[in-house]
Amino acid sequence: MTWLAGNWPQLVDYGLAHVLLSIPPIIVGFLLSLPFGWLANRYRVSRGVLLTLGGILYAIPSLPLFVLLPSLIGTKILDPLNVEVALTIYAFALMLRTTADGLASVGGDVKLSATAVGYGAFRRFVGVELPLAGPVLLAGIRVVSVSTVSLVTIGSVIGVNSLGFFFLDGYQRSFFTEVWVGIGGTLLIALVFDALLVLAGRALMPWTRTRRGALTAAYGRAQSRWAVLR
Amino acid sequence: MNSYTAAFAWLFSGKNWAGPTGIGQRLVEHLGYSALTLLIAIVIAVPLGLYIGHTGRGRAVVVPFTGALRALPTLGLVILLALWLGFGLTPPLIALVILAIPPVLAGAYSGIESVDRETVDAARSIGFTGWGALWQVEVPLALPLIVGGVRSAVLQVVATWTVAAYLPLGGLGRFLYDGLPVRDYAEMLGGSIVVIALALALDGAFALVQRAVTPRGVVAGRVSDIRTSTQSPDRKERTWLAPEA
Repeated sequence: MTWLAGNWPQLVDYGLAHVLLSIPPIIVGFLLSLPFGWLANRYRVSRGVLLTLGGILYAIPSLPLFVLLPSLIGTKILDPLNVEVALTIYAFALMLRTTADGLASVGGDVKLSATAVGYGAFRRFVGVELPLAGPVLLAGIRVVSVSTVSLVTIGSVIGVNSLGFFFLDGYQRSFFTEVWVGIGGTLLIALVFDALLVLAGRALMPWTRTRRGALTAAYGRAQSRWAVLR
Repeated sequence: MNSYTAAFAWLFSGKNWAGPTGIGQRLVEHLGYSALTLLIAIVIAVPLGLYIGHTGRGRAVVVPFTGALRALPTLGLVILLALWLGFGLTPPLIALVILAIPPVLAGAYSGIESVDRETVDAARSIGFTGWGALWQVEVPLALPLIVGGVRSAVLQVVATWTVAAYLPLGGLGRFLYDGLPVRDYAEMLGGSIVVIALALALDGAFALVQRAVTPRGVVAGRVSDIRTSTQSPDRKERTWLAPEA
């Protein structure tokens, strides 16, 4: 506890850095997955190519990817951008399949009806398909959010500091408390992000509130699927 | 592109492959640790997953638990156990087994759950015992998903042993950690390329295994057709166009 009190400013700094490093990959990965998820459902060839590509990207281990990126995008090795780009790649790869599945789950009749009452392709996508795929998309983002918050800590190894700093520092000094604080802080951030996403989902998709457990069920499916499919 | 020239020069230099700190030795360490981790995780998680999938018991406990484990930072867990249990292979091994169990477990139980209940009932009705139905009907049908779970775990394990090279145990991650303080980017990049190649090769190999164990005529684990069909009756059907006529 004394350590916690004495190092509070540092803890807040790294915690804040952790939050700021986690947000862009989640958002950008999700946004990127929308057009590509749509494309994956449009043609048989594009589906094969995109989902295979997603699988390959997701198979790349994080630390080597952090090291590889500077040579690809011309950054310095200690640049936080490496971590951001790498985590965005993972978020995109994870999200692509969920988005494709979610959009595919929208019934054909519904789409035909939307077209029949005068919706154009784009307005139908935004106004009909996207909201109906919402619960699946939310489940996907929640998995992405949890994974991203946890992966940010690996960045500390190449000097992009977050709460992961306390793991390395704690090991060097053989100091348990520090490692515990790092783990606890990371879990706390993941938990808060998750709660915010659920609240945002309830606000944006009021119809899911009436169907009890609809969101939970979608999340459970996404979780058990993501451990298997990539 | 200069960095790649240096990295490949490092990679193809014979002296970097030989000796107790060479790429060859590190590769053997990495593969050995990974194989051991997976073996233990499979021995623990597959029977448990089959039990949960077959009986439906324990699902409420295990599913949220495996979800929560995803949030646990891998580096933190590895270091925590290393500080707690001291030097040697055991502490990170325990940490990695803990991380490898959820995907294997999820593959096993969701695999068994994906088997159509009617198929199992049919097997029981023609005389299979519960045990016989599990091994001869449910497990073969679930095998693509079970292997899929192991495939996820393989990636998790190969990636985490790279990070765990922070501890003085060797493995391919060593090149990344050794190169960083002395700014030897060629070594770091070369080491990264080896790890990435290893991960992709293993993932590809498991994809082939997954395809090989899919029973003929079974679509479980395969991607279904993408074009969503409608439930509307065929347009040529007269009754639909003009029901009154």
